[in-house]
Amino acid sequence: MRYQVPAGLYAIGSPSPDDPVVVTANYKMGYDLVRRQMAGRNLWLLVLETFGVNVWCAAGKGTFGTDELVGRIEKTGLSRLVSHRRLILPMLGGTGVAAHEVKRRTGFTVGYGPIRAADLPEYLANGLAATPQMRELTFTLRERLALVPVELLLALKPLAMVCALIFPLFALTAGPAAGVRALVALLGAFLTGTVLGPLLLPWLPGPSFAGKGALAGFGWALAFLAVTGFRSAGVFVSAAALLALPAISAYHTLNFTGCTPFASRSGVKKEMRLALPVMAGAVLLGGILLLAGWRS
Amino acid sequence: MKGFRYLRNVVTLELDREACTGCGKCLEVCPHQVFALAGRRALIADLDACMECGACMRNCPAGALRVDAGVGCAAGILNEWFGKRGIGGVGGGCC
Repeated sequence: MRYQVPAGLYAIGSPSPDDPVVVTANYKMGYDLVRRQMAGRNLWLLVLETFGVNVWCAAGKGTFGTDELVGRIEKTGLSRLVSHRRLILPMLGGTGVAAHEVKRRTGFTVGYGPIRAADLPEYLANGLAATPQMRELTFTLRERLALVPVELLLALKPLAMVCALIFPLFALTAGPAAGVRALVALLGAFLTGTVLGPLLLPWLPGPSFAGKGALAGFGWALAFLAVTGFRSAGVFVSAAALLALPAISAYHTLNFTGCTPFASRSGVKKEMRLALPVMAGAVLLGGILLLAGWRS
Repeated sequence: MKGFRYLRNVVTLELDREACTGCGKCLEVCPHQVFALAGRRALIADLDACMECGACMRNCPAGALRVDAGVGCAAGILNEWFGKRGIGGVGGGCC
């Protein structure tokens, strides 16, 4: 299954030299969304080579950038096909494209349109005017939910490796039932951090993602211990669980900052400098407690 | 962006109002409405809302904006920190 479309100039309908030029990346889904929104109209669609990556990520990487846009205008001979000199760019392409540079090098004026393709029809109907809502990034529950599978998939391999370590460790020292319980605890913390944290993001207290993840993870640890029995676990295992499980959950929710359209780079760095050592320390301490419990 | 606030007083965004020509491009590209126009120049209206994407800096023809833009994801930053020491693939393979 290919998720790229060839870069170049496409016609939607039968555009004349006066019709608008909309620019997008060659990520198939984004390209299809724009075409769907623009169906029934006549316009030019300039598709940039971003190697199948969406506008936002490509702009961050530089592929949805000034050089590619200028190059694509030249390669497609756009200036010979349209009589005007206006381009409509998706707003989130702004991180990669310098409008004044494009103007200087091609004569085309870049206008940043709405964030979402769904707002393109209204933007065009308003005479290329954006409402404030068109320029506002949201992060609704549905949008967060859509990002959870990405985080899950990316974390699967490291998770598998950790499980491959944890199960034998517990099974050999305390029996297979203990191994299974450890796996369940670990998986629960993992899912709390990758799924629950992101979904409950605005409702978990505090601005810190690691903090939100830790809190959710603490809730999981309590629930897990309550179900399996504090008494059967014993003091050492319970304490270890209450330290390590929130740390694991916190780490994964912290990683959700990568999917989040409002977390600043500086903020994430600050969080990491504080949270990573604390998480590592909590896991280490949990390990020591488990060892102490096993020895005693 | 309604309802979501991140850490306060960490954002590195700086605006040189003397250099600003009031073109308004920063308002056009900012996804968090950080800027406003006042007295024919831009000003930072909501610093903590900035996610440091860098679109404003990229599109300022007067070079009046500065921000430490780049990967803002924990895994990506880990890759940067470890990459500098020659250790690859720590954070994950997203980018």
